[in-house]
Amino acid sequence: MERKIRVLVAKPGLDSHDRGAKVVARALRDAGMEVIYTGLRQTPDQIAEAALQEDVDVVGISILSGAHRVLVPRIVERLRELGLSDVLVVVGGIIPPDDVPFLLERGVAAVFGPGSSTADIVAFIEEHVQKVRA
Amino acid sequence: MAGSTRTGSGHDTVDTTTTISGLPLKPLYEPSDLAGFDYGRDLGRPGEFPFTRGVYSTMYLGRRWTMREFSGFGTAEQTNARFKYLISEGETGLSTAFDFPTLLGYDSDHPMALGEVGKLGVAIDSLRDMEILFDGIPLDQVTTSMTINAPAAILWAMYLVVAEKQGVPWDKVGGTIQNDILKEYIAQNTYVFPPEPSMRLIVDTFEFGTKHVPKWNTISISGYHIREAGSTAVQELAFTLADGMEYVRWGIARGLDVDSFAPRLSFFFNAHNEFFEEIAKYRAARRIWAHVMRDEFGAKNPRSWLCRFHTQTAGVSLTAQQPENNVVRVTLQALAAVLGGTQSLHTNSMDEALALPSEKAVRIALRTQQIIAEESGVANTIDPLAGSYFVEALTNQMEAGAKDYFRRIDELGGVIPAIEKQFFQREIAEAAYRYQREVQAGRRVIVGVNRYQVDEPISIPLLQVDEAVQEAQIRRVQEVRRTRDNTEVRSRLAALRDAARGSGNLMYPILDAVRAYATLGEIMDTLREVFGEYHAPPVF
Repeated sequence: MERKIRVLVAKPGLDSHDRGAKVVARALRDAGMEVIYTGLRQTPDQIAEAALQEDVDVVGISILSGAHRVLVPRIVERLRELGLSDVLVVVGGIIPPDDVPFLLERGVAAVFGPGSSTADIVAFIEEHVQKVRA
Repeated sequence: MAGSTRTGSGHDTVDTTTTISGLPLKPLYEPSDLAGFDYGRDLGRPGEFPFTRGVYSTMYLGRRWTMREFSGFGTAEQTNARFKYLISEGETGLSTAFDFPTLLGYDSDHPMALGEVGKLGVAIDSLRDMEILFDGIPLDQVTTSMTINAPAAILWAMYLVVAEKQGVPWDKVGGTIQNDILKEYIAQNTYVFPPEPSMRLIVDTFEFGTKHVPKWNTISISGYHIREAGSTAVQELAFTLADGMEYVRWGIARGLDVDSFAPRLSFFFNAHNEFFEEIAKYRAARRIWAHVMRDEFGAKNPRSWLCRFHTQTAGVSLTAQQPENNVVRVTLQALAAVLGGTQSLHTNSMDEALALPSEKAVRIALRTQQIIAEESGVANTIDPLAGSYFVEALTNQMEAGAKDYFRRIDELGGVIPAIEKQFFQREIAEAAYRYQREVQAGRRVIVGVNRYQVDEPISIPLLQVDEAVQEAQIRRVQEVRRTRDNTEVRSRLAALRDAARGSGNLMYPILDAVRAYATLGEIMDTLREVFGEYHAPPVF
């Protein structure tokens, strides 16, 4: 039986808006994934450590504070340093359209901005994790 | 070039039979829906118990709601300029948004502040920034609201010292600090200390305000954030008023006469999409609070019975797709707030699904209020919807729904035990998830998102806060630390530490520390040492 997809839903920095992260976490769990939610005020180091400890396939970063250009690349970098380059990194929250290419160029696989559907997030994760495992 | 326009699934999937709170909606309301209605008991005239029709007898005919646009970004200079711009365009009160480091009591050079400085609000590290923020703004001629919670006492102290330096006596200073920690644990999450010391600090501000700053609202008991986190309107109403009652209990437990501080309690509600439910919510709030204050807490001063409130249109309802549509949403939401009798109003800007408001977008938001106030005529008659079979029935249902929640909270042991048991947090998360599923199933429509979508790139000029702000703030706070009298600062922080360990009113030592240019981070760290930090379990 195939291992369930394991996802870390992470809130980096001081951003206190957690509605979306919780809704996505629950949707992923309802879709049969194993979800670990970090809670608030995590540093990039803490997020990468948790990804390692929890042996996740995916790190979902939720960020609405405008600090994404600084914090997201650091998370990706730390994941790489810990040998987790195969972990899929997706981002949700408030990301102005002009910043999306910036994040994609730095190792983020997809950005799910306002109005995204959880069904699309689930489908994306399932498709990409299968590719990595194949 | 031109995108394709797609509609969502058929009209038959849309839910038209319940409000967003799950209250039943009938196609038609008739006199039988108001069986037993008694005007004097259920409504009263505006300005008369139970204030269902409005807190003041003349409402907008005597005094229009304050047009108060929540603003702040970058440095104090940048926000000062935005304040002046908004005043010149007709706003009638100031409202300050602080950045995340400030909200959580970190200086701009703290490691946790990395990438965050000035992004979601103005960066305030010390009295120096506050002086710049209000430079050229006479504090006896304007009222200011400050959205700040865990460090509220400190930011208030900074404001008061700025007034002092302007030569404005504190009994002439008016404004509001949000200072509502209970809803932080429940929804907004900008808590720092645990509940008990946080409540102590809040009651300190009640006491201080009563004695020294009588025109100041020392708390803005908020439902806005509870709603934004995903609650229904009934939950917003219930949880806000439950929090309010808890603050009153703590004030009374301190030994304060309820009438000495209750007149300066204020509230803050959301104005969401469902037009009539929102209006009913505001009317129910006034009626419930009047009864609670007079009949449960025994307040004698009629001003203690008033649920005076500020309203903000629902941020969470704004879409990134086809952002111009947000102007329409905000208009309807603002209209509901006005028909609901708000004392103060913030209208969101159309670009806020993606960024802080640009100058042009916030001007339109302000014009929205001005057009409602001066062109539509709705403010020329008080509580115009009173007597509507529908609105009165809905007001009654909102009240009943709230009271049901009060019982459940009591059964859990009260607000703070309920917080510790994650009661509110789970109710809110459940409502948020239910709403998301309804949207994805087409039972709730978001125009431009699940219906009437257009395949066009999102293209709207957006305000940018660049990283140079963080560098400038770091230089400034380090300069403040270098050039002040550090012996004095150390001594005042030590005095604060001692006072925090005791039971004296902390506003006095906080003011002393602020005057010596102790930084926000230093003052908060001193309090952290004594009070500890609150950590919420990551429940979803």
